[in-house]
Amino acid sequence: MSAIAPERTGATTDRTGVTTQAIEESQSVRLAPNYWPFVVPALVVVGAVIVFPWAFTLWMSVNRWTLGQSRSFAGMENYLRLASDPRFWESLVNTLTYTSLSVAAPMFLGTVAALIFDARFPLRGLLRGVFVMPMMATPVAVALVWTMMFHPQLGVLNYLLSLVGIPAQEWIFNAKTVIPSLVAVETWQWTPLVMLIVLGGLASVPREPFESAEIDGANAWQQFRYLTLPMIAPFLMIALIIRTIDALKSFDIIYAMTQGGPGTASETINIYLYNTAFSYYDIGYGSAMAVVFFIVIVALSFILLMLRQRSQWIDAEGK
Amino acid sequence: MNSRLLSQIGLFFAALVIISPAILFFLWMISLSLKFEIDNGAYPPILIPENFAWSNYAKVFEENNFLLYLWNSVLVTGTATLLALLIGVPAGYGIARLKAERSAVVIMIARMTPGLSYLIPLFLLFQWIGILGTLWPQIIIHLVVTVPIVVWVMIGYFETTPMELEEAANIDGASSWQVFRLVALPIAKPGIVVAFILSVIFSWNNFVFGVVLASRETRTLPVAVYNMLSYEQVSWGPLAAAALVVTLPVLVLTMFAQKQIVAGLTAGAVKGG
Repeated sequence: MSAIAPERTGATTDRTGVTTQAIEESQSVRLAPNYWPFVVPALVVVGAVIVFPWAFTLWMSVNRWTLGQSRSFAGMENYLRLASDPRFWESLVNTLTYTSLSVAAPMFLGTVAALIFDARFPLRGLLRGVFVMPMMATPVAVALVWTMMFHPQLGVLNYLLSLVGIPAQEWIFNAKTVIPSLVAVETWQWTPLVMLIVLGGLASVPREPFESAEIDGANAWQQFRYLTLPMIAPFLMIALIIRTIDALKSFDIIYAMTQGGPGTASETINIYLYNTAFSYYDIGYGSAMAVVFFIVIVALSFILLMLRQRSQWIDAEGK
Repeated sequence: MNSRLLSQIGLFFAALVIISPAILFFLWMISLSLKFEIDNGAYPPILIPENFAWSNYAKVFEENNFLLYLWNSVLVTGTATLLALLIGVPAGYGIARLKAERSAVVIMIARMTPGLSYLIPLFLLFQWIGILGTLWPQIIIHLVVTVPIVVWVMIGYFETTPMELEEAANIDGASSWQVFRLVALPIAKPGIVVAFILSVIFSWNNFVFGVVLASRETRTLPVAVYNMLSYEQVSWGPLAAAALVVTLPVLVLTMFAQKQIVAGLTAGAVKGG
C-alpha cells in the first residue's frame, strides 16, 4: 500500500504543501485535496497544552520562586542546587532501579503470556480478557487494595507465604523491600500491555519457516530462538520503549501506596518533583527538576529508539 | 489427535496459571468489600464470610459525597473525551492522508512528557484566570491524555481504509470537507468507537491531575477514594467497596468491548513506538 501511495499523493507530501499544490492545480484536472485544515485544531490544542507549559517551565526554572513569596531571577542556581542535592540523586537512583525492574519483569512475563495466548486452546478469548483487566483497572483503586494485601499483620499475602513456610515480610513498610513490592504491583498491572504488543507481533509471523524447520528437525527452543525471536524483535523493542517511558513516569501507584516512603526509600524523581512543587510550593526548583527529568526521559527514549532502528535493520536483513 | 488434546489442556492450564494473579486480586477485592470489620481483621483470612456486609456500599455513598464525585468524574471524562473526538478524529484523518510524520511526533512527545511537568505552569495559569474552583482546569488538562489517544488510534485506522472512494468523490468535485464528512467518516465508525472507549478509560483512571487541581467540590472519583484513605479511620470494608465502585465502570466496559480494546491498544501501541 505504501509503495503506491507516495506516487499518488506525491505533491501533497512535500513540505511546501501550498506551492506544490498550486503547480498541480495548473497542471492537472485532479486537485490535490488540502488536508492541513483537519490537523490544525489538534496542533493548536497540543501546542497550547505543551508549548506554553514548557516555555513557562523553562522561565520558572531560572527563578527563585516559592508560592506566596516574591520572585527573583536566579540564573542557573536551581540547576546547581539540583547537582548538589543528595535527595535528588537518591531519587534518581530509585527511579532507575524502579524502572529497570518494572521493565524487565513485565517484558519477560508478557512475552511468555503472549506465546501462550498465541496458541489455540479452549476458552482462550475469555481468559485473555481476564488477563487484560488489570491494566484497565483504576491505578489508585488497585493501589489501595494492594496496600491492604501488603499489611504485615492482617494482609493476605503474608498468610499465603506462611502456607508455604516463608516468614512474614514487611513489604512496602520496610525500606529494603519497598521498591520490589511496588514493582510487583506495577508488573501485575502492566504485563498485559507487553502481552498485547507481542501478541500483535506473533500474529504477523508467517507459518512456512516453522514447517521447514520442523522437517529439518529443529526442536521447540531452537524454533523460538532462531525463528520467532528475530521476527518479533521489532515488537519487543516497541514494548520495551513504551514500558520504559511509562515506568519512568510512574506516579499513581507509588504516591497512593507509599508517597515515597518509608522515609525517602521509594521516592522517585516524579514523587520528589510533586513534593517540591505541590507540598513545599518551591516551583522554581520544581521546574528545574521537571526540565532535568524530561531530559532523562527523552535521552533514554532516544537511546532505545536508536536500538529499535538497528533491530529493524537487522530484521530487514534477516528477511 | 491424542497429543493435540493433551497440549491443548496443557496450554489451558498454563493460561490459568498466568491469569491467576488477576483473578485472585479481583476476588480478594470483592471479598474485602463485602466483609464486616471483624471478618477483615480475622486471621487466618476469610475469603467468603458468613454475613455479607452490603452496608459497606451504602456507607460509601452516604458518608463521602460519592454521588457528587461520580458526577464530577462523568463530566470531566465525558467533556474531555468529546472534545478530543471533535479535534482528534479530523486530525488523525489529516495526518494519515498527509503522511505527516512530524505532526505525529509532536503528538508522541505528549505521551513522553510526565503529567506533573504540565501541572506546575497550568496550575499557576488556572489560578491567575481564576477558574481553579471549577471543573474546567481538569477538563482542559485531561485533553493531554485524551487527544493523543484519539489521534493515534485514528491515524492507524484511516491508514487502513481504502482511498478509492475518496478519490472518486474528489474527482466528482467534492470538497475535502465533504469527502471527509460523507465518505471517510462513515467508514471510520468502528475506529471512532475504539478511540472513544480508550479515551474514556484512561481519562477516568487519571489521578495525578485531580490530586493537584481538584478542590473539595471538584474531586473526581480516584481522588475521592484516595482521600478516604487519608482522612477516615481506615476501615477496610468501605475502602475496598469505594475502590470497587471507582473501577467497576471501567472493568465492565473492558469486558463488553474486549475485542475493540485489544485491537485499538495493539494498533495504538505499535504506532506509538
